[in-house]
Amino acid sequence: MAEVSLHGIAKSFGATEILRDIDLNVEDGEFVVFVGPSGCGKSTLLRIIAGLETVSAGEIRIGGKRVNEMPPAERKIAMVFQSYALYPHMSVYKNMAFGLKFAKTNKAELDRRVRQAAEALKLSALLHRKPRELSGGQRQRVAIGRAIVREPSVFLFDEPLSNLDAALRVNTRLEIAKLHRDLGATMIYVTHDQVEAMTLASKIVVLNHGRIEQVGAPLELYRSPRNLFVAAFIGSPRMNLIKGRVSALSGGNATLAFAGTEVMIGAEAGVLLQGAEVTIGIRPEHMAERRPESAALEGCVDAVERLGEASLVYMTLIGGEDVIVRAAGDDPVAPGDRFTAHVPSRALHVFDAAGQAVRMRA
Amino acid sequence: MNVRPSRIAVHIALILYTILALGPIVLILINAFKTRRAIFADPLGFPDSRTFTTIGFDRVFANSDFGLYFLNSLTVTVMSLGLIVLIGAMAAWALTEYRFRGNTILSLYLAIGIMVPIRLGSVSILRMMVELELVNTLTALILVYVAQGLPLAVLILGEFIQQIPKDLRDAARCDGVSEYRIFGSIILPLIRPAIATVAVFTMVPIWNDLWFPLILAPGGGKQTVTLGVQQFIGQYVTDWNAVLASLTLAIAPILVLYLLFSRYLVRGLTAGAVK
Repeated sequence: MAEVSLHGIAKSFGATEILRDIDLNVEDGEFVVFVGPSGCGKSTLLRIIAGLETVSAGEIRIGGKRVNEMPPAERKIAMVFQSYALYPHMSVYKNMAFGLKFAKTNKAELDRRVRQAAEALKLSALLHRKPRELSGGQRQRVAIGRAIVREPSVFLFDEPLSNLDAALRVNTRLEIAKLHRDLGATMIYVTHDQVEAMTLASKIVVLNHGRIEQVGAPLELYRSPRNLFVAAFIGSPRMNLIKGRVSALSGGNATLAFAGTEVMIGAEAGVLLQGAEVTIGIRPEHMAERRPESAALEGCVDAVERLGEASLVYMTLIGGEDVIVRAAGDDPVAPGDRFTAHVPSRALHVFDAAGQAVRMRA
Repeated sequence: MNVRPSRIAVHIALILYTILALGPIVLILINAFKTRRAIFADPLGFPDSRTFTTIGFDRVFANSDFGLYFLNSLTVTVMSLGLIVLIGAMAAWALTEYRFRGNTILSLYLAIGIMVPIRLGSVSILRMMVELELVNTLTALILVYVAQGLPLAVLILGEFIQQIPKDLRDAARCDGVSEYRIFGSIILPLIRPAIATVAVFTMVPIWNDLWFPLILAPGGGKQTVTLGVQQFIGQYVTDWNAVLASLTLAIAPILVLYLLFSRYLVRGLTAGAVK
């Protein structure tokens, strides 16, 4: 088992900069998820850790050893690809055993490992099949099995669930989480799906334009996003963002004017300036709670999505801003209705003109 | 059954082409078993009890070293084919998979090899073979045919290798498989259809070639079948029985090889187009 650390990683293809200044520590046994929009460099970063891409600058350490110059096989990693990358002309058994054959593993040990992995992944009955005779989910399990038999210290997953249908995706997600518990290995997982990130990760790394935006536990990122990008990326439906202004400062308090209402928050002195442009963020689920200190936002309902346990109310405020409110499942609201959203000051996120979160006093 | 006219037209065209392509071969086969008189009197007729004879075959085996010529042709074709496929696949793999200085130049150089006919260099090739003391050896022929077949082989195989998903090679690399193993255990099995295509395309011209056997190995018991047949074609008298008999014998092995490869061939020709 091993920890992975990246220092000042940069990567460019020609003049195009893909990654820059990546510093990251992945502890032994941690489940780290790289998440970000497509093109943010998350897959490239994973391939750099795997040794399939070289870096333009920086150092990669696995288990405390510098591995920049090592080929993938010597890094004690195993990778699961989005396309599964099963060898099409080999049976399931051979697919899993292929890597071990060249690692000088003796026959009995090889056989034991393959059968054990097959057992764990419910593949025992399929060992003699060719990949083309398997369903998507089965192929994915073979790909994972091929990784397991190598007994790597670091597992790398490159969007492993994106080719599966929704039901299978939830299943496989749970299986991967279980696998992590059982093996206790370090796992690094790339996805563009923030739900996968939230459910699997012990630590999420949010990437955007080749840079790390924020690193933290799922709830930490959810509760205190460091900037507008993370605020908008983490959470579904996404956080409501409304433009506003600092209308008054007094002592430790700032008054924010937005969408025709005013809310007072406790801001640290000197952080906010009178008249400064700010963006106010409120999660949809916080906008349905009516509290004595909440400010009210009036608007007209455009659409209602009934999820059962909740209803998503899409509304346009009087000032023209679109917001989403997560109301109770049995709320009788209908499109065309007038609706009042609530803004509890404690649930507000405030971002300055540069998009950075403003620290607030509790 | 509902058959569209356009389909019928296509089939008529294909049937006509098949007749056109098979005609000469059938003509050779039926006339090889007829008397000389019957060949000229009724060239399109099938041999019957009156006109049937195997005198051509008898003369071929009696008057020439047909077995030897046959073995020469087979040796040259099989050796050239093996080398073209092996070297071609390795070169195609290197040129498509690895980025190195001169990669593009080398690919272009090979592409030129397809466009320029190798016979333009016949004089210098002969001079070179004389200096290397390779005249009247099968080695000379094999070397020339490998050079002739390589460019197209590299091009076709390269195209196929490019279609193998990159993830497969990466997965193998993560599995700790060496580059040679990746080539041998993953790439080669997956480009089998392409190899069959290359084999058929290069095999036929080599087997049928008259030019290079004539200038590089015309004697010393190193003649190929196509050259051996020529001894029955004289300036004034041509022994048609013998010529047709030896041609019949020469067609046989190429047909066998073709049938062996053709299972993959159709798949190979279309594999790039669909999907």
